[in-house]
Amino acid sequence: MDLSALGACLTTPACVVTQTTSGLIVGMLLFLVAAGLTLIFGVLKVVNFAHGTFYMLGGYVAYSTLGATESYTLAVLSGALAMALFGVLFERALISRVYGSNVLMQLLICYAVVLIFDDLVKIVWGPEFHAMGMPAAFQVPPLFIAGGVVPPFYAVLIGIAALIAIVLGLGLSMTRFGKTVRAAAINPQMVSALGVNTTLLFAIVFAIGGGLAGLAGALAAPVRSLSPGMGFSILIESFIVTVIGGMGSIAGALVSALLIGMVRGFGTIGFPKFTDGLIYILMIAILLLRPQGLFGRRA
Amino acid sequence: MRSRLGLRELAIGAVALIVVLAIPLFHRSPAFEDFVIRLSAMALFATSLNLLVGNTGMVSFGHGMFYGLGAYAFALTMQMTDLSLPVAAMLAVLVTAFAAFCVGAICVRLSTDYFAFITLAVQMLFYSVIISWQSLTGGDQGLRGGIPRREIFGFELASQLHMYQFCAIVAVLGLLALRHISASPFGQTLRMIRDNENRASFLGIVLWRARLLAFTIAGAFAGLGGVLAALFVSGAYPELADWPNSGQAIFAVMLGGINSFLGPVLGAMILLALNDVVTRITEYQGLVLGIVILAFALGLRRGVLDFLRLAWPGRSR
Repeated sequence: MDLSALGACLTTPACVVTQTTSGLIVGMLLFLVAAGLTLIFGVLKVVNFAHGTFYMLGGYVAYSTLGATESYTLAVLSGALAMALFGVLFERALISRVYGSNVLMQLLICYAVVLIFDDLVKIVWGPEFHAMGMPAAFQVPPLFIAGGVVPPFYAVLIGIAALIAIVLGLGLSMTRFGKTVRAAAINPQMVSALGVNTTLLFAIVFAIGGGLAGLAGALAAPVRSLSPGMGFSILIESFIVTVIGGMGSIAGALVSALLIGMVRGFGTIGFPKFTDGLIYILMIAILLLRPQGLFGRRA
Repeated sequence: MRSRLGLRELAIGAVALIVVLAIPLFHRSPAFEDFVIRLSAMALFATSLNLLVGNTGMVSFGHGMFYGLGAYAFALTMQMTDLSLPVAAMLAVLVTAFAAFCVGAICVRLSTDYFAFITLAVQMLFYSVIISWQSLTGGDQGLRGGIPRREIFGFELASQLHMYQFCAIVAVLGLLALRHISASPFGQTLRMIRDNENRASFLGIVLWRARLLAFTIAGAFAGLGGVLAALFVSGAYPELADWPNSGQAIFAVMLGGINSFLGPVLGAMILLALNDVVTRITEYQGLVLGIVILAFALGLRRGVLDFLRLAWPGRSR
């Protein structure tokens, strides 16, 4: 524990800017993954423990696309689209078979998928770490805001994630499709009785969730390195995000992802060895005081 | 459901123990003895979890905490004091039971999903403490330096054969105790809570008290499993308390069957055996293990023993 370092950082604008930026990056990428997780849970009541695998595969697909086309835009798009497709396949081929049986069966299936794809990634891309590298357009000197370092690429990433948060929020609250999704989250039988093809709806929701995770993986690839098993740590973190924000709430996912991002950003200075512990304490406190999460509906 | 621990259970336990103890007399195989030692730890761990999952309907994602705590408490007691092994083991189990009582007191009032999440969070907090409290636990390197192998009741645990016998005896006794608890009126109460908590509550059962007791007992037996694990690895490692380890126990329970007492033991056996066999054949264990689990999960849609019981309804076990 090093509270004096934390205090010194909080009183230095440069340090505040740097740590806030790194916290925002962590938080926004986490939001993209957690948004899909919470959407899938909200509508299908499935806790997708294979969500980290979507994130990992999105990163690797983007890596290969970049190698083939040398276009970052195509790389990111292909990562997201491939994982949207993968999400549909995963839902149709595996998860839909155990709707209605014990929830732990879903967990078992997701675990199997995680194991299988970690190894498939090793076979296809090799067990070593891969670095994707910054796009050439962003290999420029960083911006200095109040003395703090902000790489331009980070700013763009945060912007893209924020844009998606807005589109997702507006799409769910304003459009007809969004209203159908929210209705299906509350009472799928009724929605189905009213003539909506819920099977298709569930598949689309899984596609959106998978696509978001794939997008996050593709966007994160230049910032973090790629390795088999990288989905594991992001899974547990996005899981914490959804619990703190409230299972099924997009707004909750955004707020709690940013909260966790900030704890990470500043926690590394004050409690370098216990940052994870801080996050778990936060989660326990929320569960005790408000079990349904910050934005969750009481069951 | 039969009531108390009958002669039949005792006989089955005794026969199983005799067979396991007799095998090395005819054929010594270090790999097999290793397997039984690891299985005895894992079987206690998974079966204790099933007291919660299968009997009470409480899905705990954080059971690995008590396995890890049992291992650390035991290894630390053996390293820092001169206490004999049974005393240290009992102390470790008591420490774990007390920890489970405290964690349970916070957690058991939460409903199913949130109970699962909070147990996971508490476990991960415990894991973070192990990692960051380096002076006591050795941090991410684990607790090294070995466990002093003191002789007990003529057992010399430095010898693999004696270790094998010791673990087998502890595991069978532990399983019999768990069987007794699960078949007792208290076990019936837990199943009633699982099936209809409102009815149980109307009949005057204090739900949180029964759940807390189940949680404490399950934690204690997981701690006992942890003691065996610590003996086997001759130390304690943070991985024992990490969440993939809790996952292993859940998978063992699910593979074997949650509604059969011996289901988790069979599940643990399947998981360990698969791991051992597959490691020898290929470096891609995850791929093979994943496909096998998928085949089980999609093919049977329930644990193996539960499936068999449904297929041959005449059999009670």
